[in-house]
Order: sequence, then C-alpha cells, then structure tokens
Amino acid sequence: MKTIVYLLIGTFFGIIMYKSEAASWFRIYEMFEFGSFHMYGIIGSALVLGVIGIQIIKRFNIKAINGNEMNLKPKNKSIARYAIGGTLFGLGWALAGACPGPMYVLAGAGYWSILIVIAGALLGTFIYGIIKHNLPH
Amino acid sequence: MLRTANASLTLFADLQFEIIQNTITMNLINEPWPWYVAGPLIALTMFILLYVGKQFGMSSNLRTLCSASGAGKASDFFKFNWKEERWNLIVMIGAVIGGFIASQFMSNNTVEIAPSVVETLNEYGIYSAGEAYMPTEIFSNEALSNPLNWLLLISGGFLVGFGARYAGGCTSGHAISGLSNLQLPSLIAVIGFFAGGLIMIHFIYPLIFIS
Repeated sequence: MKTIVYLLIGTFFGIIMYKSEAASWFRIYEMFEFGSFHMYGIIGSALVLGVIGIQIIKRFNIKAINGNEMNLKPKNKSIARYAIGGTLFGLGWALAGACPGPMYVLAGAGYWSILIVIAGALLGTFIYGIIKHNLPH
Repeated sequence: MLRTANASLTLFADLQFEIIQNTITMNLINEPWPWYVAGPLIALTMFILLYVGKQFGMSSNLRTLCSASGAGKASDFFKFNWKEERWNLIVMIGAVIGGFIASQFMSNNTVEIAPSVVETLNEYGIYSAGEAYMPTEIFSNEALSNPLNWLLLISGGFLVGFGARYAGGCTSGHAISGLSNLQLPSLIAVIGFFAGGLIMIHFIYPLIFIS
C-alpha cells in the first residue's frame, strides 16, 4: 500500500517535471541566459506557496499522518560547504542541463544519454564520500 | 423559419461549448504546463511528502544507490541502513514512470524557448533549439559517436552528484524544501547553484562550443 503511494507521488512529480519543461535542457539553458520568466516562475511560485504552507504548519503545529512532527529539521550551520558545493552543483546543472529529479524523468522519457549523466552523478557522489574528510565543511 | 434559426443557434452554442471544452482538455494533455500550474504542483508534491512523514529531496537517492551497491566498504559516508530510504527510491522509480507517461502520451516533445536564446544556441551549432525537448546534438544516440559529448555528459553528472552531496542537497532539497523552511544554509547553496550555472553558461560554454 505504502509502496503504491510513493510510486504515485513520484509519477505525479515526474509528469509535472516533464510537462512544465523543467526537465528540458533548453529551459535550463534559457534560465541562465535570463531568456524567459518560465523557470523563475516555477521555482518562485513553488517557493511562495512553500513558505506560506510551512508557516501554517508551524503556527498550527500540524502533524504528519502518523502523528509525528513533520520532517522540518534545520540544516547544519556552515558557509563553506554550501557555497563551494552549491557552486560545483550549479556548474554541473548547467553543463548537463539537468538536476537529479529531471535526470530520472528523462531516463523514463527514453533519452538514453541521460544514463551517462546519472552514472557521472553516482560517481561524483561516491568520490565525495571518499574524500569528504579532506574538504572544508 | 424561426425554429430553424433557433435550432442552428443552439447547435452553434453547443459547438462553441465543445470547442472550449476541447481546448481546456487539449491544453492540459498536449500543451506544456505554464509556470503557474507547475510551481504550485511542485509545492503540493513537497507537502504530500511532508504529510506522509518524509521530505522532498531527489539527490539523496544517489547516495542511497551507492550504499545499496556496497559503497559502505569504501567509506563510512555510505554505511547506513539504506533500506530506510527505500521509500525515496520508489519515488524515484515513479519519476521514471512519470517521464515515460508524459513523453509518450502527453507531449509533442518540443520546447519553444525565447527566439534570442535560439539564436545564441544556433551560433553554438545547436540547431535543434526550439524543435526538440533535448538538444539532439548532445543527447541523441548518434551524438555519442563524438567523444566530446561523452566528456560533457559525464563531467556534468559528476559535478551534480559531487556538488549535491557536498552542499547537502540539490534543487528540490535546498531551492524548494530548504528555502520554503527559511533556511539560511539553503539560501547560500541556491546562490551557489546560480553562480555556478551562470559561470558555466556565460564563461565556459563559449569555450566549449565555439572552437
């Protein structure tokens, strides 16, 4: 039962990503060229509703379905890891034209070359795990 | 006479109604979704995941996949009970299915982008701009005969994977979930995302594509 719920959430998300063209390489390129409001509108409107919704959750102490607190842990404080890691991520986001969510969506859409990108992403994750102790955090 | 006019008027009204109805359904099925539809639906995805006790974060799956393939032997970073993250792998599989459904049945697989951006891309030799969902010059199977494309795809993926774990999240984890929760670390990460993207497009792309 739970499996089906997660599968449906993922399918819903995948359709949104593809249909909104947020999974398109061209839209990512266009965003960084400031060519259209489209991507900014997507992220911006998700964000406005997200901020309002999470404020409501906190104000009224709304619980998750199992009665526990919702998963809204604060992120660890640091600057270096977010600034350096974020910039590296951005370089890759623009180079591959896809971030992790859309990568899975594009695999389903049959753009087989995205599997090379996913292999690269797995390798990057693995190498980070190996050398993380030597990096500023 | 009057009756015929009346009947044809009703017929006309019916036809009009049908066209409007068709346009609405056609739009949702075949046309791309505008930002004001997609953005709120992404927020909804995040809230559904919070409601079922989880959180919205797509790049964590990469770490889980490493762990599930035995990377725990190489680093403690991958030594955790990955089965607890099984739910997110199922969401990931759902995203694959969603991509299949949307591309097969709900899309003409063309993305119309700004004409000025098409022009720039044409200068880079990417002529599929405005006529495809993904640039065929990079993503088609034929493009794989060019080793430069392999390098581009592998290194792009590598930076995404490495950067996402270093920064502790990607677009979904930081730009949507983290910023929605007013997290300063996420703001720093998102500024980094855009700084990196702008450097790549404005300084490195001209070196890669015009040579």
